[in-house]
Amino acid sequence: MMNKEVITVMKIRTLGRHARESFKSIGRNGWMTFASVSAVTVTLILVGVFFVIMMNLNKVAQTIEEDVQIRVHIDVAANAEDQQKLQSQIENISEVQSVKFSSKEQELEELIRSMGEDGQAFKLFEQDNPLNDVFIVKTKNPQDTMQAAKAIEKLEYVTKAVYGKGTVEKLFNFIEASRNVGIVLIAGLFFTAVFLISNTIKITIIARRREIKIMRLVGATNNFIRWPFFLEGLWLGVLGAILPIILIAIAYYNAYEYLAPKLVGNFIQILPYNPFIYQVSGILILMGALIGVWGSVMSVRKFLKV
Amino acid sequence: MIEMQDVFKKYPNGVTAINGIDVRINQGEFVYVVGPSGAGKSTFIKMMYREEVPTSGTITMNGVNVAKIKNNKVPIFRRNLGVVFQDFKLLPTKTVYENVAFALEVIEAQPKFIKKRVMEVLDLVNLKHKARMLPTELSGGEQQRVSIARSIVNSPKIVIADEPTGNLDPETSWEIMNIFEEINNRGTTIVMATHNREIVNTIKHRVIAIEAGKIARDEQRGDYGYEN
Repeated sequence: MMNKEVITVMKIRTLGRHARESFKSIGRNGWMTFASVSAVTVTLILVGVFFVIMMNLNKVAQTIEEDVQIRVHIDVAANAEDQQKLQSQIENISEVQSVKFSSKEQELEELIRSMGEDGQAFKLFEQDNPLNDVFIVKTKNPQDTMQAAKAIEKLEYVTKAVYGKGTVEKLFNFIEASRNVGIVLIAGLFFTAVFLISNTIKITIIARRREIKIMRLVGATNNFIRWPFFLEGLWLGVLGAILPIILIAIAYYNAYEYLAPKLVGNFIQILPYNPFIYQVSGILILMGALIGVWGSVMSVRKFLKV
Repeated sequence: MIEMQDVFKKYPNGVTAINGIDVRINQGEFVYVVGPSGAGKSTFIKMMYREEVPTSGTITMNGVNVAKIKNNKVPIFRRNLGVVFQDFKLLPTKTVYENVAFALEVIEAQPKFIKKRVMEVLDLVNLKHKARMLPTELSGGEQQRVSIARSIVNSPKIVIADEPTGNLDPETSWEIMNIFEEINNRGTTIVMATHNREIVNTIKHRVIAIEAGKIARDEQRGDYGYEN
């Protein structure tokens, strides 16, 4: 029992020692520290800006996707029972998520409202409404819209199923492509960052190769040697994330203040400043730490085989 | 105690550095290892602290077969050993005090003990007053004294020195030798490779001469035996 306690106490003390060592080393290797932190900073600014743009594009894409619906025009010949039957038939199609009924009176109202001032002219049609009753269908997955529409069109009492043919497909293709390109770009940027930073850190460690060799000669285990380097990488990464976070927070704040009022009522929305910028900050710190630790651990490994 | 049995060392490039060595060094002995350059002296010494591994044969240091130690256990083995190098091998970014303390930090000694023990050995090598200086601010002899202090701070039973006076002027060399004598008098085994004829012939100890990878001569209170 006693023994165990002693061991735990020693470990905490050793960890403190490693932390002190890592801070000292940051101070003593001034220029190398500066080089590593700068590399992290530059890459994280790039990654951060790109990430913010990507997330906003994604948000827009999502909004658009959610807005896609199929309007199923119901044959005037269909009575209430037929309509009911048709509704359950549509609901049974596996891609369909929801079916909402909208009477021709509602449709006309909607039309008049959407036309604004000019819409008043359509009031004339209130006596003899030329529109159909409509089912508004949403699919579980926006990409399935076309397939669902085709299936619906085959059903009885359906005059047509409208879903913005062509436009929707083009839009989906565009969103899909920009998403993939974005993922590839972010991944590419991430690996460039890791490469750049691990190279910088490697240079700092090569400069200390002799030091590592001496440590081993004096009886330091690999873990003992590795810890301060590990922590140093961590600090460098986190330090490198500070400036990008500040810059991006300021830039995004201004962009949000400028854009948000102009986008009111528009279906394209910019992600609200409050939770988003904290999420971005968290991700940047995490990425910085990860890159720093990875870079230093990978580089130090080579010199531990003396 | 150090014991070598039937030790051979052949480097990957085909050079045979050690060509069959049997030797036994008892606890508390002071041994000079002499011989021409390239005769295998350095390899002989390096195998003792496992910088090199013998191709065949056994090397026993304090009861441990050095050849069998796994790579990740080497540092732990070295803690029971003091090693002094010709080029001092001090950590350039650490002060004199920190350099010596490092050997105790790696075994996770109590901070209080580290402080006391480091000052003790710095006192022994007469460098207490320069504890806060960096190695670059010291003379060669002083740096070597720091390295000796570091080698004995763990109270090892054996100290191995590879040409410790090789980079020093004669006067400083004598100072260093006095420190080694002092350490030896306290019961520590010392194995020292050297080219210094005067030292070997003046401070008499056992001399092992290595030539062409073999022990050519092994004499108690021997002479250097070569022209410099």
